[in-house]
Amino acid sequence: MHNISFRRRFVNFLGIGAIVGATLVVLMPLFLIMGTVIYRGIGSITWAFFTRIPQPVGETGGGMANAIVGTAMIMGVAALIGIPLGVGSGIYLAEYGRNASGNIVRFTADVLNGIPSIVIGITVYALVVLIQHHFSLLAGGIALGIMMIPTVCRTTEEVLLMVPQSVREAALGLGIPQWRTTLSVVVPSAASGIITSIMLACARVAGETAPLLFTAFGNQFWNLKLNQPTAALPLQIFAYAISPYEEWHRMAWAGALVLILSIMATVILVRFATSRGMLKGAH
Amino acid sequence: MDPGIRVQELNAWFGGTQALHDIGLEIPSRQVTAIIGPSGCGKSTFVRCLNRMHETLPNATVKGKVTISGLDIYGKGVSPVTVRRRIGMVFQKPNPFPTMSIYDNVAAGLKLNGFSNRRQLDEVVQRSLEGAALWDEVKDIMKKKSGASLSGGQQQRLCIARALAIEPEIMLMDEPASALDPISTSKIEDLIFQLKQQFTIVIVTHNMQQAARVADLTGFFLMGKLIELDKTEKMFTNPSDKRTEDYITGRFG
Amino acid sequence: MRAQIKLPVKQDSAPAGAESPSSNGTGAAADKPLSLVPAAFKIKFQTKNNAFADGTFRTLVILCALSVMVIVGLIAFELVRQSHLSMAKFGFKFLSTSIWDPVAENFGALPAIYGTLVSSLLALVLAVPLSLGTALFITEICPRRLRGILSLLVELLAAIPSVIYGLWGIFFLAPLLRTEGQPFLARYFGWTGLFEGPKYGIGMLAAGIILAIMILPIITSISREVMLAVPRQQREAALALGATRWEVLRIAVLRNARAGIFGAIILGLGRAIGETMAVTMVIGNRPEIARSLFAPGYTLASMIANEFSEATSDMHLSALVEVGLVLFAITLIVNAIAQFMIWSITRGMPARNIA
Ligand SMILES: Nc1ncnc2c1ncn2[C@@H]1O[C@H](COP(=O)(O)OP(=O)(O)O)[C@@H](O)[C@H]1O
Ligand SMILES: [Mg+2]
Repeated sequence: MHNISFRRRFVNFLGIGAIVGATLVVLMPLFLIMGTVIYRGIGSITWAFFTRIPQPVGETGGGMANAIVGTAMIMGVAALIGIPLGVGSGIYLAEYGRNASGNIVRFTADVLNGIPSIVIGITVYALVVLIQHHFSLLAGGIALGIMMIPTVCRTTEEVLLMVPQSVREAALGLGIPQWRTTLSVVVPSAASGIITSIMLACARVAGETAPLLFTAFGNQFWNLKLNQPTAALPLQIFAYAISPYEEWHRMAWAGALVLILSIMATVILVRFATSRGMLKGAH
Repeated sequence: MDPGIRVQELNAWFGGTQALHDIGLEIPSRQVTAIIGPSGCGKSTFVRCLNRMHETLPNATVKGKVTISGLDIYGKGVSPVTVRRRIGMVFQKPNPFPTMSIYDNVAAGLKLNGFSNRRQLDEVVQRSLEGAALWDEVKDIMKKKSGASLSGGQQQRLCIARALAIEPEIMLMDEPASALDPISTSKIEDLIFQLKQQFTIVIVTHNMQQAARVADLTGFFLMGKLIELDKTEKMFTNPSDKRTEDYITGRFG
Repeated sequence: MRAQIKLPVKQDSAPAGAESPSSNGTGAAADKPLSLVPAAFKIKFQTKNNAFADGTFRTLVILCALSVMVIVGLIAFELVRQSHLSMAKFGFKFLSTSIWDPVAENFGALPAIYGTLVSSLLALVLAVPLSLGTALFITEICPRRLRGILSLLVELLAAIPSVIYGLWGIFFLAPLLRTEGQPFLARYFGWTGLFEGPKYGIGMLAAGIILAIMILPIITSISREVMLAVPRQQREAALALGATRWEVLRIAVLRNARAGIFGAIILGLGRAIGETMAVTMVIGNRPEIARSLFAPGYTLASMIANEFSEATSDMHLSALVEVGLVLFAITLIVNAIAQFMIWSITRGMPARNIA
């Protein structure tokens, strides 16, 4: 019927081939990086890695226990800041912000999302570290918390808007006040989507290094105090990676393995739950 | 004692466009008043003005007087939330709360307002479900199953039960059966017949047979204006306005 | 005073009365309590004015929203305040001179600006075709079952932390470039002047490649969303005209999604410009402008990461904050353009809503 010219068929073949090829090339780094991290890191994952703190240069057998705990504590502070502010502003956008002032907030949140993490690090340094007079766990948590806000905010808005207007009307029509309607009817209907967004935001922020460089700063020893410099997994990986010692490089790979596996496990878990309908997707 | 509704000079707008023009009427207590009229004539807007739901839409405004038991619900200092607690509303599309069990759906109006006596809640839920003719169908599953798991007709009766649970004086129903199959529709109509012993009922319908079956009075709306309100019988046999006659004989709309 | 509630039970639902004493003869019984809700609660419930609680809640969420604006405002304010010293001393020369000498306290950020632009543009050149190809594959070609898994893999690529990209860059990519990639490029493309000089492995080229990998996911996922938004009829119309599959993609999909794709690319550029750790680890960190991509360089972000905690003089610190301010300004403009492009086609909704 159609007599497609040889040239067009050839171009079609080339074009589709290029698309398939591009996809393969894009997936390659993922497997290369995962492969390298597992191959180089797995050997140094020992019991000591999770229970000991770093050893001085030349001694073998240290671990990253303090960095793992440090990251957990920084994430705790970050969550305390990022979740309420993110969810709160998301509620504002969905329930009160269908207007010009809402658009300003929306735009500002997108701007905040685009600010390089290192710039947030400098700002928190100026606002917290300079005032406290030393680097601290708190400052690190604040920096990461700020980074969580825009993601949580925008996805919260998105999932709240997916709750049908008729559900809000039903509640208002029963004489349930607006704030109760939002908190007890609308938010629970979107809860799974909000949880998804929070977990993805945590996963994204947990591996951040740049904002911690001049806030949490890093620490070779244990620290559980809010106002003291503290170790964090990504910081420790960075310090070890750029060091000249073979043994520390091994520790860097092991740290990378632990970090990457926990982040990917979170992402895969969330996505799996989403596809099974246990969590409603943010996407 | 008389929860009839008196409406005077009621006007409503969506932004710049006026949806209701100078509506004035009286709705008697413990009777069913049907509102009919072609699509877009302002029927929904009108009933939503009776419990101050209209103003929850963006840019929607109301002016006028609606008096219930001597209280002007648009008067100064009257909280819309307080008004809505005395008036039950059932919407066109069944809208149970998706995350709540059947039981919690019915209890929501009281629970979310701080009523927590379990035993009394149980009684209210049972009585409301009985009132909505749903008790027998759900009594064994009401704490396990979500409201969304019911069929469309059951969901609508659940919404009626939910409105009954706040023990309102007036029931507003906006085309409650238009999304339902004929059997569910007849169940809802039976229910309306029973409920009118206790409530003042205003029902919007685009189905004239339905109005003829359930309503004591019928009001005809056209382009945001009330054309006439009269005994249902008279409206359907001998309306005083030519436009009503045209509508019910199917000459337009 | 109030209408009293007495709910009827349909006569034909006979068993109900037998089973439960409370519904016994509900139909007409006048001896039952008319309201089940105690009068005291009822009065409270029907008169309680919730205006205060509503106002409080509203104020709370408005404060949350304001916090977003305050944070962005504070970031801008602190950057300007802390870089005051350097701005006063160097003025616009800060942006146009190439001497970066902490010892003599003489600071010009041009090499870092140059390095930022070159590494980011290199990343775009490498990433854009690959991302668009992948997005087309996911939306238009691959079987439905594969879609989810491919999107997840792309998301996982985005989830790898920057510092791990850097680690991999130092110990895997850079050696590979040194022994394989750079000799190859020098032999065949050395004449361009872009690929000459000592082959360290680390340098501008390594940074560009790492950045490219890092921005693949964002460009891919946003392009995918705008491609999905292209109406089906557009494709069918092209097919009906006898277009080949490739022609459908080119004419119907790419052309209709171009504004959004452009937005995705700009957003990727914004990411590349602000990316810090991985670049710091592989770019070589030397404030010089060199033509060859083999040479080490510096970016605005890596300059801050490298020097900030070691800077001792106030002027050095101030100059670094000004570098941060420049970075902030560039990403702000770039992101504003990208947001505008994406908003213009999705009308303010997040791009993924339209999928
Ligand atoms: N949310 C809204 N925004 C703007 N106009 C509306 C809205 N809802 C209804 N209208 C308009 O108000 C008029 C009355 O609508 P409505 O009361 O829903 O009519 P009915 O229920 O009789 O079909 C119609 O012209 C309709 O277009
Ligand atoms: Mg209607």
